[in-house]
Amino acid sequence: MSATARAAAAGAKWVAAGQVAGGSVTGVDDQVMLEARGLRKTFGDFTAVDGIDFTVRRGEAFGFLGPNGAGKSSTMKMVACTSPVSGGELRLFGLDPAEHGPQIRARLGNVPQRDTLDEELTVEENIWLYGRYFGMPRREARAKAAELLDFAQLTERRKDKVEPLSGGMKRRLTIARSLVNSPEILLLDEPTTGLDPQARHVLWDRLFRLKRSGVTLVLTTHYMDEAEQLCDRLVVMDGGRIVAEGSPRALIEEHSTREVLELRFDEDDHGRHAEAVAGIGERVEVLPDRLLLYVDDGDSAATAVHNRGVRPLSVLVRRSTLEDVFLHLTGRTLVD
Amino acid sequence: MARDQAEQAAYPLDVATRGRPGARAPMSSRERWGAVFEYLLAVYKNTWRGSVFGRFMSPLLFLLAMGVGLGSLVDERAGGVDGQSYLHFVVPAIVATQAMWLAMSESTYPVYGAIRWNMAYHAMLATPLGVRDVLLGQTAAIAFHLTMSTAIFLGVAALFGGFVSWWAVLCLPIGVLTGLAFVLPLIGITARAESEETFNLVFRIVMTPLMLFSGTFFPISQLPIFLQPIAWVTPLWHGVEACRAAALGRIEPLSFGLHIAALLLFCAVGWVWARRGMERRLVV
Repeated sequence: MSATARAAAAGAKWVAAGQVAGGSVTGVDDQVMLEARGLRKTFGDFTAVDGIDFTVRRGEAFGFLGPNGAGKSSTMKMVACTSPVSGGELRLFGLDPAEHGPQIRARLGNVPQRDTLDEELTVEENIWLYGRYFGMPRREARAKAAELLDFAQLTERRKDKVEPLSGGMKRRLTIARSLVNSPEILLLDEPTTGLDPQARHVLWDRLFRLKRSGVTLVLTTHYMDEAEQLCDRLVVMDGGRIVAEGSPRALIEEHSTREVLELRFDEDDHGRHAEAVAGIGERVEVLPDRLLLYVDDGDSAATAVHNRGVRPLSVLVRRSTLEDVFLHLTGRTLVD
Repeated sequence: MARDQAEQAAYPLDVATRGRPGARAPMSSRERWGAVFEYLLAVYKNTWRGSVFGRFMSPLLFLLAMGVGLGSLVDERAGGVDGQSYLHFVVPAIVATQAMWLAMSESTYPVYGAIRWNMAYHAMLATPLGVRDVLLGQTAAIAFHLTMSTAIFLGVAALFGGFVSWWAVLCLPIGVLTGLAFVLPLIGITARAESEETFNLVFRIVMTPLMLFSGTFFPISQLPIFLQPIAWVTPLWHGVEACRAAALGRIEPLSFGLHIAALLLFCAVGWVWARRGMERRLVV
């Protein structure tokens, strides 16, 4: 077969596969996409991931929440099949990364923590050339790039070099690039770290659309609001282990109260006031700059505090978040 | 709000899933390293202007200074070297030497950058490509640079009357081979380098002495006898001798074959060492 005939056949195969998969899957089904049992990662004497279990099903948005150094990125690199597993079992699409790395990676989208864009190339070249790494014919890669740039709201910048783009734009480009091979699982390691609030919201919106289109999302974050926004289900990681698992709401219900009363005092040592408010809620957490009272009804708890003659500088009632879950489980805050 | 709805209509939700191929036929080796080669060429297309001067001018300046300038003096006083005019003696050596310098510049900072700075190799390894494909594609791209610049230099040198035999066309593949005999060991060093300082060291204690003492500007028989064996274990001397034999049309099968075999050996050992270094650096 001549080179052109082969290329044409490859192109046809591509289009045909697209037609078959045209009806996109929405919602979660029972198909297991990703499964880990006793997964471990060690670097010499250091254990980054210490025997974790998790399962991700098709269409799910699954998150790893934890502070820096919890082992999230090491886990992500193993899942991305770019870092060998040190122990335990890992299966993607039922395949073992040690044996089928390239086949698995062909079906993954990878958004690493640090953008790996080529700043000397243009926005669209970054996507075209990445498509070539997956064996996509040039024409297909270009067509796909045009669609993805639309999706990432970068069409106007497509002929610009990457270097002058804003952080948010580069992040969107990285995500667009990771979608060039129409991945079945999209891996996002700290997708919005370092972005300003507005850029984060734009990105969340794009990710939410992907989720609605049926892409399985697996992400890590140390922002509880990000986890709450995007994840159907998440695991809380600390020190290389999973300390809790569930939907954001279930985790809050299980490990925290409905509301939190925050008290600030004109004082360096907030612990001195813990005694005075003890017993008002389920428990009291002492932070360097405030006291947290875990209660079901914040307003009546505030009244109770006042009735005891305690006079804080400021009083705030809010709902429990994943931050509170993490604090309860580990005794530490997520972001230092 | 209205804009948002319009947007929703314009960008169908299945942008990511459309064309999803599922499990696909594995790519051939040629497709895999070819994609890396294509990427590196695209980068070069955007950045070549900055490298043109160094790449084409410095061998030309050497040609003028050594071949024509110093050459007239040597020819006048000593009657050339081994019965050759100094120009004809030195031009094939410059072919091999410029290949070494190009290998140095293409196998150090750009490779280091792809590992550490823009992490281009990491991006590749997140796709079906493996370390072997990355190394092969990178080597092929450098071989392409070597071919281009060696060919151009040969053309310019021919215009200056730098060759006496048509066998000189063999200087093209020999020049490229000499370059590759440096490229692969140098990539091995780059993969293991902990900082850019390493390159300064290589530059000062390896490349510069090699350029001066590999039979480039004078035959190694002029060196003290105990220094001569050092030349035998460097790729440059073999490259210089092979290029010179071709350029002068004096190919002796045995010694010529040994020089080529030595260069191939440097490539083969360098390949294994470079690949292991890249695995250790990139797959952790």
